[in-house]
Amino acid sequence: MEFNKLSIEKSVSGKRGIKFPSAQKASKYLKTSSLRQKTPNLPQMSEFDVIRHFTNLSRLNYSLDTHFYPLGSCTMKYNPRAYEALAGLDNFTAAHPFADASFAQGTLEVMYNLERTLSELCGFEEFTLQPAAGAHGEWTGVLIAKAFHADNKDAARTEVIVPDTAHGTNPATANMGGLNVINIKSGADGCVDLEELKKSLGPKTALVMLTVPNTAGLFEKNIKKIAEAVHAAGALLYMDGANFNALIGLAKPGEWGVDILHLNLHKTFSTPHGGGGPGAGVVGASKNLAKFLPGPKVVKDGKNFKFEYDKNSIGRVKAFYGNAAVLLKAYCYVRQHDADTFKEIAENAVLNANYIKEKLKEIFPAYFDGTCMHECVLTIDKEKLRGVRTLDIAKRLLDYGFYAPTIYFPLIVPEAMMIEPTETESKDVLDKFTEAMKQIFMEALQTPALPADAPQRSPVRRIDEVSAAREPNLRW
Amino acid sequence: MDVKKGSKMFISNSDTQKKEMLAALNCKNISDLINSAAPGLPPVKFSLPPAMTEVELSAHVKTLAAKNKKVLNFCGAGAYEHFIPAAVNSISSRGEFLTAYTPYQAEASQGTLQAIYEYQSCVCALFDMDISNASHYDGATALAEAVIAAVKIKNKNTVLIPAALHPHYKETLNTYYKYAGVKFEEISCASGGMDIADLKNKLKGDAAAVVLANPNFYGVIEDVDAISAAVKEAGALLIAAVNPLSLGALRTPGSYGADFAVGEGQPLGNALNFGGPYLGIFTCKKEFVRSLPGRVVGIAKDKDGGRAYVLTLQAREQHIRRERSASNICSNQALCALNAAVYLTLLGPKGLEEVCALNLENADYLKEKISKLKGFKIKYGREFFNEFVIECPKPAAEIIKNMTAKNIAAGFDLGGKDLLVCATETKTKTEIDAFAAALGGN
Repeated sequence: MEFNKLSIEKSVSGKRGIKFPSAQKASKYLKTSSLRQKTPNLPQMSEFDVIRHFTNLSRLNYSLDTHFYPLGSCTMKYNPRAYEALAGLDNFTAAHPFADASFAQGTLEVMYNLERTLSELCGFEEFTLQPAAGAHGEWTGVLIAKAFHADNKDAARTEVIVPDTAHGTNPATANMGGLNVINIKSGADGCVDLEELKKSLGPKTALVMLTVPNTAGLFEKNIKKIAEAVHAAGALLYMDGANFNALIGLAKPGEWGVDILHLNLHKTFSTPHGGGGPGAGVVGASKNLAKFLPGPKVVKDGKNFKFEYDKNSIGRVKAFYGNAAVLLKAYCYVRQHDADTFKEIAENAVLNANYIKEKLKEIFPAYFDGTCMHECVLTIDKEKLRGVRTLDIAKRLLDYGFYAPTIYFPLIVPEAMMIEPTETESKDVLDKFTEAMKQIFMEALQTPALPADAPQRSPVRRIDEVSAAREPNLRW
Repeated sequence: MDVKKGSKMFISNSDTQKKEMLAALNCKNISDLINSAAPGLPPVKFSLPPAMTEVELSAHVKTLAAKNKKVLNFCGAGAYEHFIPAAVNSISSRGEFLTAYTPYQAEASQGTLQAIYEYQSCVCALFDMDISNASHYDGATALAEAVIAAVKIKNKNTVLIPAALHPHYKETLNTYYKYAGVKFEEISCASGGMDIADLKNKLKGDAAAVVLANPNFYGVIEDVDAISAAVKEAGALLIAAVNPLSLGALRTPGSYGADFAVGEGQPLGNALNFGGPYLGIFTCKKEFVRSLPGRVVGIAKDKDGGRAYVLTLQAREQHIRRERSASNICSNQALCALNAAVYLTLLGPKGLEEVCALNLENADYLKEKISKLKGFKIKYGREFFNEFVIECPKPAAEIIKNMTAKNIAAGFDLGGKDLLVCATETKTKTEIDAFAAALGGN
């Protein structure tokens, strides 16, 4: 088939997409034993071939610009184009990370002010902008907790408590930090069971990792009591802020007693997801932990900005200073908001999620009772729909021109569909989506082969993922 | 809901629509809804500047951009100024790539998936390695993950690294392993390259792996065969950390038997951007595929037997294995990897050969110029790709400061009188002449 032919299959010997000014051959400068021996098997295409190839590839994607993308916990909100244009200004893109601070005052000022704004928005002493992604931020948080306990000569704290609704990255991160993961069961209401938590807390607890709102889309009502219990046990409270879009402008987690928080700037702060990255997983710390944040940080020195390294810092978590271009876009976003409009983001995200939940309650009920926050977790009513799987519903949505929700997560919900519309979608889109869900429900009832056979209108049909893993073909 | 000043443009519901939705939810107003979702939230106060319109923002950010100075740059040190063909950004700024997410629904993400498969293939071809993942955060974190893998495979805790490893990579390794019991021992690079005798001596201990940086942080091209032979003889794993662009001219990690090969992918079509976003290249031999961290794309068949691309081998990953996963990484640097794939596809083998030759030629010209300057010396008589160390007549910090006053980024201060300078294909002979002349004025 032509549409998914690889570039290498379109390659014609002798073609090329760019010519550089002429130079002597490499062999003039290097001895044979230093030189590459065989030519790399890269495609040979003209510039036009390359543009057409990748443009056509792009058209095989569903994206936020082209489709509703209700992927729960991923906060697929509109990415304002002004930020792309501004972050693309030459003076920003050409800045070398080792250039003298006097050459990069604009970028440093952006970083400094973004950090100050995030600290104010979340009620923390200080943020680091260095981590490249959410999981990287979690890792940073775990290292900070370790540094804190090491500083207290408290080596016995080797456990991390994680609720069973947590993102997979939480337990994976704790394990990477050499800590033992203690999973605790959520209550029937989908929230942390305070008594369960208290039973697990003790002199071995280093950290409790919570997502707020949690992955059931619910606010942890007992968050203040949780923080008190965690602190009473001598442990620290980490908040996974992947779902901060529900709280922005409404609450300051630092004021609840959260010690460490990571935010995904590519979620709440509107920087594009890019097909899976780059993002930024900034981490905030409370007053007694700020000194442990990764270094260096940007400080203001009179009128100028410079880097400074706290001797207590856990050190660098990556080369250079963070994903500066992503930070710049997030800076643009925060400057386009004030206290009132930040609050409107959360309010409208909550309104949209509850509207979907309400519209679908007769056919795909919410798994947990009560008002949800920015996302709702729905399930399949086994009484109404026998033998139909969430996977089929998700694939059928693609046929109706919608990306699918996050499915089979959180793990504690059978046949889970986690739907996050975000504040940037409007009622007319949500109505079309819920209408499609209703039609799919009817299909599942009357012609179940249809969803089971979906998708039929996407570029490829349903993919056999199991055989792909059995005999991996990972390259040409 | 009140209409307030500020940025309403990213909230798509009209006030009428909001009212209709609230009515459908039996809520009088939005506060009722929020109170029901998050009861007992204490009131908060924020001290924030007023919101800007796009008109105001645009002017404001342009003012900030003007505070960055455009300079004549001769600094490399792990982040390189290269020419980026216009076609690269033209592709990666397309909304279909830019605003998609992780290709969880493969049938609706074939564009991103195929592009990543092509990225993996181009990287494998370039590195001459069996397998590449979909990319990591950056070069330093990719190296840290390779070290994790090697330590686990060998079940040993010592890893040998060259003294001439990028200082940020060293720091990142230290941060990652501060509490994990992994011990890093440095191999001397006193004469520029890795001291083979010192390496052999330290390999007598119980090392899990050796990190070979090529070119190393001093720009020196290492004696890869001698190093590899010593590592293999001791039964340790070889982790190569390379500049991917240099592989158009230099020996490939595959050719000297690297078990893992990583690198900073920035030189492949990604702008400097003050340090990020970049991408970490992560490759390994086939036998270590289960130790591979992060995403990887494979070819599969769809229901009709047609070719399709899909995230595969996910049983290693955090969303399945949770605390037993190979790594906690969830994302990849997909858009940066796309830049790299488009860049390599545009260049092809011929363009790659040319750009490498031009880097070698310009850096050599710079070396010739500097070696004629009074008081300046070329520090190591070793082969290099596009950067090398010079010994200045006075402290490098002082030289950098003097050059800064002339809007020139002179290089990276290695301490004392040692300065690491770089010339890529972006430099003209005139610029190199001007740089050398300014340097000579010190």
